[in-house]
Amino acid sequence: MTTVINVPPSLDEASFEQVLDQLAPLSGDEKILVDARHTRWASPYGLTALLALAQTRGERPGFTVPDAEETISYWARTGFFKYAGDLFDMHGSVPRNRATGESGVLLEITPVTGSADVHDVVERIQQKAQAILANELNIDNKVTMGFAMTLSEVCQNIVEHAGRGGWVAVQTYRWQKRLGRRVVVIAVCDAGLGFRQSLESAPGWRRSDRWDDAMALEEAVIRGVSRFRDPGRGQGLAGVRKFLGRWEGKLSVRSGTARIAITPNWDEDVPLTERLASFPGAQVQITIPERIVPK
Amino acid sequence: MITHIDLSSVLRRTVCELYSNLVTRPTGAAVRGEIELQLTELRDRTLTVIDFAHVGLLDFSCADEVVAKLLLRFGADDAPGEAYFVFRGLSESHLDAIESVLERHSLAMVVQRPDGSAELHGALTPLEREVWGTLYDKGRVTLADLPAALGCDATDAAARCDGLRHRRLVMRFDDAYVAVGATP
Repeated sequence: MTTVINVPPSLDEASFEQVLDQLAPLSGDEKILVDARHTRWASPYGLTALLALAQTRGERPGFTVPDAEETISYWARTGFFKYAGDLFDMHGSVPRNRATGESGVLLEITPVTGSADVHDVVERIQQKAQAILANELNIDNKVTMGFAMTLSEVCQNIVEHAGRGGWVAVQTYRWQKRLGRRVVVIAVCDAGLGFRQSLESAPGWRRSDRWDDAMALEEAVIRGVSRFRDPGRGQGLAGVRKFLGRWEGKLSVRSGTARIAITPNWDEDVPLTERLASFPGAQVQITIPERIVPK
Repeated sequence: MITHIDLSSVLRRTVCELYSNLVTRPTGAAVRGEIELQLTELRDRTLTVIDFAHVGLLDFSCADEVVAKLLLRFGADDAPGEAYFVFRGLSESHLDAIESVLERHSLAMVVQRPDGSAELHGALTPLEREVWGTLYDKGRVTLADLPAALGCDATDAAARCDGLRHRRLVMRFDDAYVAVGATP
């Protein structure tokens, strides 16, 4: 029997939880069909998380593409179908060639499995990021390096801790409802070990009374704890937080059944969410808003 | 003996001809391994100028692997040789990453500015900065002149300089101390 998993019309970090809630009662081996026919929009997080979801299934899942032409065209520009075809049995018309045109896609969906992929991502992002950050988001040119550094560190988390490949995508768009400004969004999703399991593999690790996914996230994201005993480890996410603090950026990390968010003034997200539907790996979203230049 | 290491060349030679960014731990470890190999072969006391001029991006992980671990290794009691370092060609973003790792490990280093002068970066006490600054300004200070230069007795003066020597920020030549980065 195949269970249909409905993708919401607007798929982002928050609404992806609806997808995971539908998956929660199913075993990993059950056949599913991910139905995106009524989906009109998806964030980089939504698209990379869909690919990670496919990696968690024992039996190759089906995928019904969106009905809307413009949605298909946009998803094609993000590179989604290039990888979805390898992970899902596709249903519906998928464009053979990637559509071109202005899309706000700073970095197409890119697989990250090893150190060389991180180099590739950083090389590709720099030139395009410089133009977009400065011209569209009024962010100082110097920030391009910090932005690329942030991207490098979050991608390395996959290589160092996930134990399997993941996905990264970077995109700019106008966040009209919530912020009324343009934003640049980095999404990095994997279906690997996740923070709790990674920290549990540290030499000499001992379970504490309230050890769970939420505590593992607090340890790694807030306190910079790593599974490696090397004192130089754990600086990546600390550096990312420092960079985002300077540019009013937001960081959220979901792993297992918990999600942690470091929120700037413009956002009202809850700092820690627990008892979410369980999902393997780690899913990271970074949002940097346009800077308002005083007139 | 003064040696010059262009990090960009080391990166291309040891990791990949096409790379211009120092990112990821494996890349940093490979680059540091090559630097250590060069220094170990030299054996004598060395002053090495590590040049970042042609490095694009440096991330925190690579800064930790290349800079922090290099300073830790050659600042340890069982260091493979007596090596001192001056870092040059650093951009603001390189320094951002490096400052973070220096603080984390309580390390310090000498950076050469574009005009050729030098400055200290990292975790240092005001007294350490003052001692290094005095030695740097004077170029070379003999043991006999040290108390007057630092404004304390001979034992304290030698102890302060030896502390900086242990941190690889000051060199000792027979009867004199020279700040790393200074022109004796």
